[in-house]
Amino acid sequence: MAERYYQKDMECASREEMVALQNERLVAQVKHVWDNVPYYRKKMEEKGVTPDDIKGIEDLHKLPFLTKDDLREAYPYGLLAKPLADCVRIQSTSGTTGKRVVAFYTQHDVDLWEDCCARAIVAAGGTNEDVCQVAYGYGLFTGGPGMNGGSHKVGCLTLPMSSGNTDRQLQFMTDLGATIICCTPSYAEYLAESIHERGLRDQIKLKAGIFGAEAWSEEMRHDIEAQLGLKAYDIYGLTETSGPGVAFECSEQTGMHINEDHFIAEIIDPDTLEVLPEGSQGELVFTSITKEAFPLLRYRTKDITVLSREKCSCGRTLVKMHKPMGRSDDMLIVKGVNVFPSQIEAVLLENGYPANYQIVVDRVNHSDTIEVLVEMTPEIFSDSLGHITEMEKELVSALKAMLGIYAKVRLVEPKSIARSEGKAVRVIDKRKI
Amino acid sequence: MAIKQITVFLENRAGRLLEITQLLADNKIDLRALNIAETTDYGLLRIIADDTEKALTVLKENGAIATTTDVLAVAVPNVSGGLNTLLRVLANANVDVSYMYSIFGHADENAYMILQLAEADEVVALLQKNDIIVATEEKLGIN
Repeated sequence: MAERYYQKDMECASREEMVALQNERLVAQVKHVWDNVPYYRKKMEEKGVTPDDIKGIEDLHKLPFLTKDDLREAYPYGLLAKPLADCVRIQSTSGTTGKRVVAFYTQHDVDLWEDCCARAIVAAGGTNEDVCQVAYGYGLFTGGPGMNGGSHKVGCLTLPMSSGNTDRQLQFMTDLGATIICCTPSYAEYLAESIHERGLRDQIKLKAGIFGAEAWSEEMRHDIEAQLGLKAYDIYGLTETSGPGVAFECSEQTGMHINEDHFIAEIIDPDTLEVLPEGSQGELVFTSITKEAFPLLRYRTKDITVLSREKCSCGRTLVKMHKPMGRSDDMLIVKGVNVFPSQIEAVLLENGYPANYQIVVDRVNHSDTIEVLVEMTPEIFSDSLGHITEMEKELVSALKAMLGIYAKVRLVEPKSIARSEGKAVRVIDKRKI
Repeated sequence: MAIKQITVFLENRAGRLLEITQLLADNKIDLRALNIAETTDYGLLRIIADDTEKALTVLKENGAIATTTDVLAVAVPNVSGGLNTLLRVLANANVDVSYMYSIFGHADENAYMILQLAEADEVVALLQKNDIIVATEEKLGIN
């Protein structure tokens, strides 16, 4: 079967065409940001850079970086580059110490984002004959809205299921003959198990799955493919730059093509901040060159990966990124939600607990769990079980409010949290992925 | 009339209770009563020790979290239905009992129960009016 593309001219552009387009878009974008985002303009001024210094992508390294800290500092409107009157949407993700990351979209931004998602669906074999079940969460999370829009653009019959409610997912999947499923890989495993338990395997028509928003391994891919009888495609994105579809996998399944007409990717050394030569492992940095409302220049993703320009059998010329191999910060992704230990620490301190804690992340029945071990103190302790239980419940609610997900709290004895070289081990990730 | 009870935070793991009782034994502390209230992750060990101050010091010095609470030690006739007399007096007076457990052995022909309740002073008067003995620390051999 011949490879199909959603926007072939971009996906298969020659390197020269792509560089020319990136040069042109970068120059315009830097000017747009300089004119409309005082926060970033100040950063440029501090570095002694003006838009005149940026003639093309070879000058990209002159621009200052943006990090999640900048997003926090500039929250909520500090990085907005368009009047609110031109914005039609926000999406959001949990951020450090209580402040969320809010990204703004004009209608044009939404349009281009959905194009990116449509490319991913077509690369996974999707056409207007397909029934696409979107089981990512809908709402502030980008997964549902992004893939929903992409599915519309491809012309698939879209099932806007959102996440959870497995019985209903399976009913629609079988009754309407879903052929493509979009969800987190852990939920795909859970669905596979539920299908097996209910003996529904021969009623499943899925041919492709587009899985992202959390880390997963090749072993998990083989497992999901065998159990669901589909081909499993990886997808990458982050709210800060748009959402899913920043990069997507093709039939070759050897990395994700980055939509370079919208995002310029760089790999830097997270310590020296120097740009590394192509093929090096380092931190992925993105510059959005088409976003109007929330155009981030040189945004540090903290994801560690490698880029590759090796010729791809699918015919796409877009650079490929390896599945992220880790993070250069301490962020955890639990149930698709970004969790920073510092957020948990802040909640503990606010609620009168000591900062002696440990976070244990695990995966039970294909679902992530997070447990916070807190050391009991004489101040909190009382003879009343009811009182302690009540305090525990309040802490659980405060954590839920901060993180957006349920975290179990376990009170432990003082000094029982393991310390190595005097420093407490804050995070234990037991997930085997 | 109240006596001092010590409450210790106990993480739920095998051997933790033994560590505490061993520590008390090593320091020649004798227990008059013991009770455990448990949740899935931790428990509260409640004890009446013969030397409250010493027990508390030893526990804290060894990193345990412990606190003291005033409780009552109330005599119950050592016969079938003996407890009911006491509970009926409390129920009729609308007294809420938070928790209750028994003391080891006998100071006299009665059994003794440890009671934790609100407004202990008024309850002591109520019990005495109903000829129910409320034991003192001396009677129970507590320093």
